[in-house]
Amino acid sequence: MDQSEFLKKVMPFKDKVFRLAKRLLISTEEAEDATQELYFKLWKNKSKLSDYNSIEAFAMTMTKNYCFDRLKSKQANNLSLVHSNYKEGGTSLQKRVELNDTVSLVHKLIERLPEQQKIIIQLRDIEQYEFDEIAEMLNMQPTAIRVSLSRARKTIKEQLIKQHNYGIS
Amino acid sequence: MELVNIEKLLEKYLDAETSIAEENKLKTYFSGDDVAPHLEEYREMFGYFSASKNERSTKTIQLKSRKLNWKWLYVAASAVLLVSVYTGYQKNQQEKAEKIYRDTQFAFNMLSANLNKGTAAISELQEFENTTNKIFKQPK
Repeated sequence: MDQSEFLKKVMPFKDKVFRLAKRLLISTEEAEDATQELYFKLWKNKSKLSDYNSIEAFAMTMTKNYCFDRLKSKQANNLSLVHSNYKEGGTSLQKRVELNDTVSLVHKLIERLPEQQKIIIQLRDIEQYEFDEIAEMLNMQPTAIRVSLSRARKTIKEQLIKQHNYGIS
Repeated sequence: MELVNIEKLLEKYLDAETSIAEENKLKTYFSGDDVAPHLEEYREMFGYFSASKNERSTKTIQLKSRKLNWKWLYVAASAVLLVSVYTGYQKNQQEKAEKIYRDTQFAFNMLSANLNKGTAAISELQEFENTTNKIFKQPK
């Protein structure tokens, strides 16, 4: 596999890798570094890539594992929380400010979820993968994923209602 | 879509029983302006999910940077090694030359000191001859 062929295969899901890494590592810089590192690993193992029926699923599994390692390692203790900037094209400034406020609330709620649920929310509700694909990526049963996802969605919903009733955000 | 249907879908959604297509219907509904007030919290959720998907990584991926770095590191290290070996050799040579120079100088000094002793003795001999000449008449 030469470089252009490799890039054609792996570049389409670069942002998905980045977003999953950011979901787990929180800081944008860390996520960028992780993406770079993962693509470098993929490139080094390019001869083995044809053994996998979905390179994308394989890459997402690698991303998950890599991020867990990073979180476990001491370096990750120095991670800083960075406020995320969301770019919204086409909406008015007023709406954008409103959305930013509420958006970061959902973001915080997801941050508080257990790692497994965080990943599943990311893969399903944001990246919109099918359950079979997620099952392959996480090496889990689809039913277990549904249970976990349902729990995560309900938690987010309940927390949102709670925050609004108390008027705290 | 009708509110009843949305509510049904939401229930399915919370149980993680919806398909991608159904979830997209919900996303579309909640991105619109006429969201029922009692479903306000879902707008935030779905709004966040849609917004998050637009986040992009801005850095470009480099596949060969590391390899190149290592190569240059090797080149730099061997250059440093060569230079240090060369200068070390030069220095060693210089020291050797200096030692030889010092030894030679010492030998010359010794030689000249002894030679001077010899000349002093000769000048004494000259004095002796002068005196002898005074005492004995010289044939004319």
